[in-house]
Amino acid sequence: MRNLILGAALTTVFVLAALISFIFTPYDIAALDIPNKLQQPSAQHWFGTDHFGRDIFSMIMVGARTSIAVAVLAVGIGMGLGIPLGLTAAARRGGWLDEIIMRGNDLVFAFPALVIAILITAVFGASAVNAIIAIGIFNIPVFARLSRGAALGLWSRDFILSARVAGKSSARISVEHILPNIGNLMIVQGTIQFSLGILAEAGLSYVGLGAQPPTPSWGRMLADAQTLVSIAPHLALFPGMAIILTVLGLNLMGDGLRDWLDPRLRVLRA
Amino acid sequence: MRLIPILAAFALSAGTAIAQDSITVAIQLEPPNLDPTAGAAGAIDSVLYSNVYEGLTRFASDGTIIPGLADTWEISDDGLTYTFSLRDGVTFHDGTTMDAEDVKFSLDRARGDDSTNAQKGLFAPIDTVEVVDPLTVRVTLSAPMGNFLFNMAWGDAVIVAPESADTLATLPIGTGAFKFQDWAQGDRIELVRNPDYWGTPAHLERATFKFISDPTAAFAAVMAEDVDAFVGFPAPENLPQFEADSRFQVLVGNTEGETILAMNNKMPPFDNIKVRQAVAHAIDRQSIIDGAMFGLGTPIGTHFAPHHPAYVDLTDLSQFDPELSKKLLAEAGFADGFETTLKLPPPSYARRGGEIIASQLRAVGITAKIENQEWAQWLENTFRGKDFGLTIVSHTEPMDFSIYANPDYYFQYGKPEFIAIMDELNATTAPDARTALMQDAQRMIAQDYVNGFLFELAIPTVAKADVQGLWLNQPTQAVDLTGVSWAN
Repeated sequence: MRNLILGAALTTVFVLAALISFIFTPYDIAALDIPNKLQQPSAQHWFGTDHFGRDIFSMIMVGARTSIAVAVLAVGIGMGLGIPLGLTAAARRGGWLDEIIMRGNDLVFAFPALVIAILITAVFGASAVNAIIAIGIFNIPVFARLSRGAALGLWSRDFILSARVAGKSSARISVEHILPNIGNLMIVQGTIQFSLGILAEAGLSYVGLGAQPPTPSWGRMLADAQTLVSIAPHLALFPGMAIILTVLGLNLMGDGLRDWLDPRLRVLRA
Repeated sequence: MRLIPILAAFALSAGTAIAQDSITVAIQLEPPNLDPTAGAAGAIDSVLYSNVYEGLTRFASDGTIIPGLADTWEISDDGLTYTFSLRDGVTFHDGTTMDAEDVKFSLDRARGDDSTNAQKGLFAPIDTVEVVDPLTVRVTLSAPMGNFLFNMAWGDAVIVAPESADTLATLPIGTGAFKFQDWAQGDRIELVRNPDYWGTPAHLERATFKFISDPTAAFAAVMAEDVDAFVGFPAPENLPQFEADSRFQVLVGNTEGETILAMNNKMPPFDNIKVRQAVAHAIDRQSIIDGAMFGLGTPIGTHFAPHHPAYVDLTDLSQFDPELSKKLLAEAGFADGFETTLKLPPPSYARRGGEIIASQLRAVGITAKIENQEWAQWLENTFRGKDFGLTIVSHTEPMDFSIYANPDYYFQYGKPEFIAIMDELNATTAPDARTALMQDAQRMIAQDYVNGFLFELAIPTVAKADVQGLWLNQPTQAVDLTGVSWAN
């Protein structure tokens, strides 16, 4: 429970920062202020200024938006395509469709995700949209495999059998009976994938293949800070901390959610 | 028994500090091949110019033209005939003799129909090349060419031998003070002293060029003293640290690099001079120099090197004036601005400068979508494919404003009046008249706002404190090590 609260708190902070940035940031991050570059953290600039004189605190806020948007959409793609595939495979378990779907998944799994994401963005051009697609594709097999596994266990249960006796099609059973029962599992996995998505976005941006300037991104802030680290370490410190704390928060939340949603543990608590 | 030599060596190095006779120099880019007469890449000259290859004339470090393989020359009164007398006793690194036949071969090869020379224009005015005797060559021009001796100093005009010309790309054979020894691709090129050099021999026994393009790695390599010098250090923000460190010296020199915001003159809306003028007035050069180059660089108002005597300061024509810029955009029919692309090659002047320029353009209503490209991609898509609205690049060839006379060059200017000035300039030898024409040319491209003229690139060199004799300025892209030595 403590994990869940701590994780949720951290996550809320960053989601709030991202949401608030739509209506307010302490400074305009589009306006460069070269004379005030590389300032140390101070009362005016809480996190200091970067090599163009932009307020790092404001950039972290807007950067949170980029990270969260990319990760949410990528996980959305993964869930939206992966879960139906997994449910279909489970409904046709042992059949040729099951084979095709799952071997296709194995194929995608066989590639190192970040390397292929780099390939995709290098071929189709670097942009936030391509980063979302690249990260999203690698979320598909995660959800497909997990949902198939969980659904397989349910298909042999009595309540499914009674649904089948009642004449419901397997598609209807999947949607009406299987999906609600694997929802918790998907939410927990989604949280974990969300944190991986944030890391992947930061990684792609770091090598210049994520969101393009002037859209701020934590990964690119780190890359920009690289040669300046010895004279202005705060340039790397704050985006680095933002990535660490967000990922930590999401992982703690995922852990906490699993404990909380797990029916067996819920029984214990009661 | 085996201890003795080791101890002796130890005593020697600890006591007398053996005079160092080798150097490791880092540069950013690796040459794609080693033949300057068949490749455009500046990195070829960085490594090989003067060190391995020499021409009839050559650049001194201050940009003046001094004798190279030609000892003296005579120019006929009509400016059409150049008679070069060559130095005696010059041999190529493979042992063959360098004589008038080699000069004729090199010039004919460079201007021939199947020549792959990247600067064929340098040789265009040559009509005939005749061998008078083994040490005398007569070059006849079809029209007077004011800067012919300057042209012959370029890395593209070096003298090569027919025996080795076909394999220069991997096995460079020249007449220079260093011989090529080894090329470990992706890592380094090694040169050794040429014991049979015709002139003053090099001080150094061996020289190694290393290629480090990543700014962070460059910083680490110099700090850890893995390299003795870094010519063209890629991270200007780190220079103050080296200046404060007594182990190092920092030299900041001029280059011939006009850094420009190139505009696609044939593509709407940049085919409209008002739009180009608006872009020029939207740019604040000083904040680009401060923000992208940490203060290194001289503002320019046209495509010409400010340290050249014929330079005219035209920066006033394109002063930073966002209000005027907005007005011009409105007059051109873009009161609400427009959207275009800004393609950026890897160097920090382009990547950082591009972010600053995009922000300045946004302030007047122009949305420049940044697209970062690697060099290969930039050359293919932007430079050759001309698929761009705006791009930033530094033109590092000396006296290269004749590119504006080429209508097919990527920014596609080539106005007939400008071509006429260039033709006249080529045919003029009188220094005063030449200066006047060069200034006319500078004014024309500045008044036509062909490109956004940003700044003259400065080249920072970081070296160990006791390295001496490195070039300060870069009159041509070269890391001439023939005069380099260690102080101790």
